[in-house]
Amino acid sequence: MSVILTEAEAKALLQKVLSYSKADECEVNLLGETRGNLRYARNEVSTSGALTNKNLAVQSAFGKKVGVATIDEFDDASIEKVVRRSEELAKLAPENPEYMGVLEPQQYIKSDGYFESTASVTPDKRADAVAKSLALSSDKKLTAAGFLEDAKGFTALMNSKGLFAYYRNTNVNFSLTVRTDDGTGSGYVAKGYNDFSKLDTAAATKIAVQKSLGSVGAKALEPGKYTVILEPTAAAVLVENIFFGMDARSADEGRSFFSKPGGKTKLGEKIVDERVTFYSDPTHPDLPAAAWSGDGQPQGKMLWIDKGVVKNLTYSRFWAQKKGVKPVPGPNNMIMAGGTATLDEMIKSTKRGILVTKLWYIRSVDPQTLLLTGLTRDGTFYIEDGKIKYPIKNFRFNESPIIMLNNLETLGIPERVVSTETNQNYILPPMKIREFTFSSLSDAV
Amino acid sequence: MKRRDFMQLSGMGLGAMMLPNIPVMGRSVAPEALLDGGVDVAVKKRLADAALNAAKSKGATYTDVRIGRYLNQFVVTREDKVQNIVNTESYGVGVRVIANGCWGFAAIVDAKTEADTARAAEEAVAIAKANARLMKQPVQLAPQKGYGEVSWKAPIQRNAFEVPIQEKVDLLLGVNDAALKNGANYVNSVLFMVNEQKYFASTDGSYIDQDIHRIWPIFAVTTIDPKTGKFETRQALSAPVGMGYEYLQTNPKDKITGITTRYNKGYDMLEDVIAAAKQTKEKLAAKSVEAGKYDLILDPSHLWLTIHESVGHPLELDRVLGYEANFAGTSFATLDKWQSKNFNYGSKEVNLFADKTQVGSLGAVGWDDEGVQTKKWDLVKDGTLVNYQAIRDQVHIIGEKESQGCCYADSWGTVQFQRMANVSLAAGKTPLSVSEMIKDVKKGIYIIGDGSFSIDQQRYNFQFGGQLYYEIKDGQIAGMLKDVAYQSNTQEFWNSCVKVCDERDYRLGGSFFDGKGQPQQVSAVSHGSSTARFNGVNVINTARKI
Repeated sequence: MSVILTEAEAKALLQKVLSYSKADECEVNLLGETRGNLRYARNEVSTSGALTNKNLAVQSAFGKKVGVATIDEFDDASIEKVVRRSEELAKLAPENPEYMGVLEPQQYIKSDGYFESTASVTPDKRADAVAKSLALSSDKKLTAAGFLEDAKGFTALMNSKGLFAYYRNTNVNFSLTVRTDDGTGSGYVAKGYNDFSKLDTAAATKIAVQKSLGSVGAKALEPGKYTVILEPTAAAVLVENIFFGMDARSADEGRSFFSKPGGKTKLGEKIVDERVTFYSDPTHPDLPAAAWSGDGQPQGKMLWIDKGVVKNLTYSRFWAQKKGVKPVPGPNNMIMAGGTATLDEMIKSTKRGILVTKLWYIRSVDPQTLLLTGLTRDGTFYIEDGKIKYPIKNFRFNESPIIMLNNLETLGIPERVVSTETNQNYILPPMKIREFTFSSLSDAV
Repeated sequence: MKRRDFMQLSGMGLGAMMLPNIPVMGRSVAPEALLDGGVDVAVKKRLADAALNAAKSKGATYTDVRIGRYLNQFVVTREDKVQNIVNTESYGVGVRVIANGCWGFAAIVDAKTEADTARAAEEAVAIAKANARLMKQPVQLAPQKGYGEVSWKAPIQRNAFEVPIQEKVDLLLGVNDAALKNGANYVNSVLFMVNEQKYFASTDGSYIDQDIHRIWPIFAVTTIDPKTGKFETRQALSAPVGMGYEYLQTNPKDKITGITTRYNKGYDMLEDVIAAAKQTKEKLAAKSVEAGKYDLILDPSHLWLTIHESVGHPLELDRVLGYEANFAGTSFATLDKWQSKNFNYGSKEVNLFADKTQVGSLGAVGWDDEGVQTKKWDLVKDGTLVNYQAIRDQVHIIGEKESQGCCYADSWGTVQFQRMANVSLAAGKTPLSVSEMIKDVKKGIYIIGDGSFSIDQQRYNFQFGGQLYYEIKDGQIAGMLKDVAYQSNTQEFWNSCVKVCDERDYRLGGSFFDGKGQPQQVSAVSHGSSTARFNGVNVINTARKI
């Protein structure tokens, strides 16, 4: 049997697992996945591979004593063994005061991220897609390094109260760096889809080639505060740090950007420009996600920041009960609303500024202000009187995405983007920001 | 595959990202399962031979097989609670082949039969053949003699997996209690323990069985000023090490006393957390640094990360050549600089070496993941760039006849490639203590512990923070500073190195989760140094008002 089970196959297997349970409560997680990748550099393939993986995890509970055991084999004897093992572990465990018990059955909205086009990718198809990219870079005295990875998999959950959840998904990510042979120019592109047929490696390669050739002969500008236009790839690695910090417990405890003195939080407060809205939505057609969280809580459309105001923080079931509020699971995707301006229009309306196409090596400097540092990379350009004038040398920045989204000039049209720091996919617009702080120059190309 | 890769696949990315980011592959198991011996070595040989034969019959000209069992135990606590005890085991086979001159790799979970390992081999050959049309030059592999059936075990004194969970929980809860009693508002503490049981076989005739152990005790103490709502944290001054539980035995000779106590081969977690709790309060009250040029005195607990980023990475030959251009980046240390034989990487005081044999280091193994016996070699000698780190399919480019033995894969499920060896700054040859070093500094900052870090993709421009910053005025420590980060350029920085303390101060720091490659893999690597002085480095103030 394939490691990718259908909903009916997963349900039957999970029911069988639960039939062995003698604990007060039992919850079973099941996954299967296959992945394949092609990596290339110096205009030729380097390392490439494939992975097949599956796993079954059983959590048994006696009161608040909880044990987890897992196994890779799905025959009857192995399944019974893993259930008994989890029960033995639970009996030996100390009480976990934060254990909330398994959930009653839930209603989930329909979401589907599985595409046959991706599921059926073969090593040959992968090589075809990369060959199209290589043909465009190698005949222009350019050196390409790229990575194409596709994956298919499913996850399923069932518990002793009858809750059942299933989701299957496919994914493809393509990224490419094109450098001039003399090392003076570099351009990048990254594309993420659920549907392999949407991936056009040739079109993507043209973007990286254009940035690579366009970045040759970069001039040095003085570090300082500039108006910047961040392409979505650059914006993603900054704003995702806001999402990662939205845990209510840390905020309540006084140790997060979302904390306020005296044990209060910024929930309900306006923290950024009123044009800023972030939400999650598992049914978004361009970024589908599971409609349930890992513990079975349903996920629907959820506003996180609405018109600049913090609408929700994530509450674990334990913390929600302690605070007397509804639990809010962490989202499975994130979408930022945008405006109507095209990137060209944003450049045209800029008197003096910098176009940032990618940022690199983002690290937290101060969690209290969400201050981040990092550098521009693979194509940074000076804009004057509405036109790209010339490429510029890379800068290090020290900036907080909160300060940045308070200095918002314009939001463009949102698109699906891959974070170059975390590989997460989001939908985000390009954004024009005033007074973005660059602190030093880098010689890197 | 790391946690977040799977989470993305399942569409659960963001929820997972809000949890502590622990890159781990594996299934959870009972603690006692971590102690069974795994698959018998004779069985592993049979499984490996099945893959070697299958690949050969499909047309592979070279094959290596890695049968790996990777065990992790994480004990995670906060304040008076055990949050989680995670036991994971991951077992599978990864087969790498050369067919039609091209690499191919395939991996299968839970490969316990010869049919499984043969299937992985056949899949690897199919991938190599599909990709061969994208090759310009066939892979050129440095010759490697076979070692026959050999083994290597990390020289640990106490296997951390044999230590009862209760002892670990008691240690961490004791640490947390001490932090709270000394004024901290919050404390998180974690024990990471890793055991890699790796079996390697290749068509060169090697069958290598290795047992590798690593441990990393850490904590983070947070103290909040109730009036202002400001908070400060101080993380542990421990190092991740290639040792057993003996690292947590305290021994007076492993303590370096001074403005705060630092540790060598034995870590006193309780003593360190008490200091940390007090220091978070000091940090809240500390003076915000005035930006400008300072002479920096960098403790090994801090300097390891600067060495890692500005020496270890740029001297990886695969980066120099462009194999990492699409992710981790390339390098300023280009081949022409090395060929010139006079590229001043640093001042005359600067001697940097790579070493995969250093006892107690994270990178120590007997053989690397392509069957090459490990060794020690120079990278920068008296300030001049003399060598890189390279593996079998690239070492011919720098005119070497054999690999330097620094190939690694983080799992059976990932392909091995060039990873950083332990790269260290040699201790100064002239006797010099830290206090003697500080005595001559007029305007300086003494930095202890690693903090925020960022460097560009060619390793020129970097910015580093730390855990503790002390102002030095006219040869004396004048008090604590905060909001400190320094920015420099690699060559400028290492040329501003004027003194390195002698070997009495030599200690290892290291990274447990160094990331590189696509799909990204982690690697654990140590970096040794003695305290060193760097003159006239640019310091910025990182405080912001919102």
